Amino acid sequence: MMNWISIGTLSDIPRRGARCVATPQGKIAVFRTADDQVFAIEDHCPHKGGPLSQGIVHGAAVTCPLHNWVISLETGKALGADEGAVRTIPVRIEGERLFIALEALASRAA
Amino acid sequence: MTEKLVIIGNGMAPGRMLEHLFEQAPGRYQVTIFNAEPRVNYDRIMLSPVLSGEKAFEEIIIHGDGWYIANGITLYKGHKIVAIDRTAKTVTSDHGVTEPYDKLVIATGSVPFIIPVPGHDLPGVLTYRDLDDVQAMLLAAQSRAKAVVIGGGLLGLEAAAGLNSQGMDVTVLHVMPTLMERQLDPAAGYLLQRAVEQRGIKVITKANTQAITGKGKVEQVELADGTIIPATLVVMAVGIRPNAALAKDAGIAVNRGIVVDAGMRSNDPDIYALGECAEVNGQVYGLVAPLYEMARVAASQLAGNEAAAFVHMDTPTKLKVTGIELFSLGDFAEGEDRQEIVLRDAAAGIYKRLVLRDDRIIGTVLYGETADGAWFNDLKKKQTDISEMRDTLIFGQSYQGGASLDPMAAVAALPDDAEICGCNGVCKGKITGAITAKSLTSLDDVRAHTKASASCGSCTGLVEKLMVLTIGDKYNPAAVQPMCGCTTLGHDEVRRLIKAKGLKTIPAVMQELEWTTSCGCAKCRPALNYYLVCDWPDEYADDYQSRFINERVHANIQKDGTYSVVPRMWGGVTNAAELRAIADVVDKFEIPMVKVTGGQRIDMLGIRKEDLPAVWADLGQAGFVSGHAYAKGLRTVKTCVGSDWCRFGTQDSTGFGVRIEKFMWGSWTPAKVKMAVSGCPRNCAEATCKDVGVICVDSGYEIHFAGAAGLDIKGTEVLGLVKTEDEALEHIVALTQMYREQGRYLERIYKWAKRIGIAEIKRQIMDDGEKRKAYFDRFVFSQKFAQVDPWSERVSGKDKHEFRPMASVGFAQAAE
Repeated sequence: MMNWISIGTLSDIPRRGARCVATPQGKIAVFRTADDQVFAIEDHCPHKGGPLSQGIVHGAAVTCPLHNWVISLETGKALGADEGAVRTIPVRIEGERLFIALEALASRAA
Repeated sequence: MTEKLVIIGNGMAPGRMLEHLFEQAPGRYQVTIFNAEPRVNYDRIMLSPVLSGEKAFEEIIIHGDGWYIANGITLYKGHKIVAIDRTAKTVTSDHGVTEPYDKLVIATGSVPFIIPVPGHDLPGVLTYRDLDDVQAMLLAAQSRAKAVVIGGGLLGLEAAAGLNSQGMDVTVLHVMPTLMERQLDPAAGYLLQRAVEQRGIKVITKANTQAITGKGKVEQVELADGTIIPATLVVMAVGIRPNAALAKDAGIAVNRGIVVDAGMRSNDPDIYALGECAEVNGQVYGLVAPLYEMARVAASQLAGNEAAAFVHMDTPTKLKVTGIELFSLGDFAEGEDRQEIVLRDAAAGIYKRLVLRDDRIIGTVLYGETADGAWFNDLKKKQTDISEMRDTLIFGQSYQGGASLDPMAAVAALPDDAEICGCNGVCKGKITGAITAKSLTSLDDVRAHTKASASCGSCTGLVEKLMVLTIGDKYNPAAVQPMCGCTTLGHDEVRRLIKAKGLKTIPAVMQELEWTTSCGCAKCRPALNYYLVCDWPDEYADDYQSRFINERVHANIQKDGTYSVVPRMWGGVTNAAELRAIADVVDKFEIPMVKVTGGQRIDMLGIRKEDLPAVWADLGQAGFVSGHAYAKGLRTVKTCVGSDWCRFGTQDSTGFGVRIEKFMWGSWTPAKVKMAVSGCPRNCAEATCKDVGVICVDSGYEIHFAGAAGLDIKGTEVLGLVKTEDEALEHIVALTQMYREQGRYLERIYKWAKRIGIAEIKRQIMDDGEKRKAYFDRFVFSQKFAQVDPWSERVSGKDKHEFRPMASVGFAQAAE
């Protein structure tokens, strides 16, 4: 069973921007694209651990602020020539409200 | 769960090992280091330049205190481990600290060998091993008295040369007939001796030291043949032996050094050893390349890769004495199955010898000219059959195959494993392989796939040559480089069309200029945002989400995700109240690192993002504004003290620097702009390597521009001389505005100037008064919208979402 946890509303996140959600397993970056899609991934670049939430958001991708890796928000995978991936976290939008599935997190800690 | 990794020793090998380990298994280990020396990790190879005065200690530090903090390492400085308890898995230091370990790495290095002659323990007898030895030698050298160095090997000669350049009268005693006999054949040893003697250093070979004597301190050295040499300082540099006593006491297998397998593991599976204290396959090592190889292997093992194994390699030896070129490699003893090729040029002081077996190089000695050392090393490593080029082999690589020095041919001649990009460790074969396999045709593609030339870029020329060699005409560097993958237009075309079509938003540019992506990328968006800010200062609303993180939060992101903050110090001038305010902020927010920057201001590093607004609030109370140390904009105006204080000052350089900074701060530019004003041609503010610099002279102000002191180094060009400070300001501002309007995003002034032409810039700024005035006025207009302190804006609530997490979830709530 998915354990959906409320994290706030769509308007909390700027378009083409991101906010962080703190969890015991580390930060999750929640992104909002130009067309109001919302994605959540680990805030930890597969390259050198850069905070992806601080990157520039373009299309459904983000460019890491440390060394410019481009990460797909949909799959968590590095795009272009780089190889690596971050975990994606399920997101649900109900009206304005945003939820993420914490089950996935707990399973990693176990 | 993190495991505890304890390291005994803090030299170069464990330092390198940790770098690899943090990359391969970040967060896996909690690291504690015990260092018997009371300092951080430094480059021991560079002690000789410190002794000779060519470098300062600060220049040879590898990992500063900040590195240990950033990686969460506990470093016990000045703690010598006295016991390892393998049953309890703990180590104990001489200060009584006991630390448990899951894995232990012993890197205790080596100890200098002391000849047990009478008097070896007198005050004034030193070894040459660490910084303490160097400092003791430097102190002794102040007397300008006589010194004796025992040992004519690598270390002894470097010590002798260092003491000699410090003004001491030095004699080298060497027990063998020629110097450096382990690395050099007798002929090269003779040439070396002559070169050493020409520097005023006396050399006595076949010298058997019998005693060191003196009343309470060193006074003389006595040789077996009765020779007496007066000396107040004796340096013993006769060799080193692995420092394995601690391991031996703990019952770990020790032969010459601590016995480890090819995975650097001792006979206790939780204990590793590496560096000079370790013995692999019966060999101990003292040169840096194999020690770094050990570090790589140990890190891989600790990260869980049990296949990583150390393989023996011959390492070339080089002597680090300025002005003496010397290279030796491999085996050069004579033998029946060996031939040699020798080249001697007595007039030029050159000696080269190659030792061959079965048409393959097995040893090399080069003296006087060592440029081909790497090539010979490569031939030896690959076991290349040299019979085809035997006649010309000794003359070096450039004489092979027609002998032209065409750079393209030189690149073509490089072997596939020759390193092209030093930053990212990319060899030629990897680059040409990627170009062919993935049909790459642009430099950007090659960077993306191989990382070659993607860091400092200094190998870009080499990479381009490789592209031409591999794909020929398909690589056309002269074609206009598109801004990024989202468009076929170059920067200049985009800038021209923004003005011509009156495009005033990023979506308008993308629509009208037919961008191929929906909302650009991380390359084009910041560039477009700058072009629009510059061209429509009053109409364009800055697009916050198109700015790089540093410009979005007005601080500099660091590798661990924390930020650094640099307040403006106008012209580098400060006072007690400002310094007190900074000190209070550092205490209050527990800022781990405070550093003086090259631009004459103070950097506070390691600040958590959430704390930024509060830090700025406190700094703002003291009158500080943002220093824009993060901006593609005006950074600093460095000044000297000028005519107010300096007996040579011709104008008020400090005052003028402050005036420029107050006039121009807040302006955005294509790339960062650093300025300086020097009060006289002695140029203490180093204005002649800045983007814009001023040298004050009696007759006025000499304006310079287009200098560089980063990836490239370049002296400035002179724009011209003007009589008054007002004129100087107008010219500088006009020049900056011209650059703002024409520069490509991320293109520094010196690159822009090279593209536009120095003469054209002079014509528009110096000769055309009307143009200059128009540039000046446009800059002033733009400043009306730009000079807003971003820190105080954010203290009063702007963009507050940026500095707070959206939510905290999943934490146990104690109150519930």
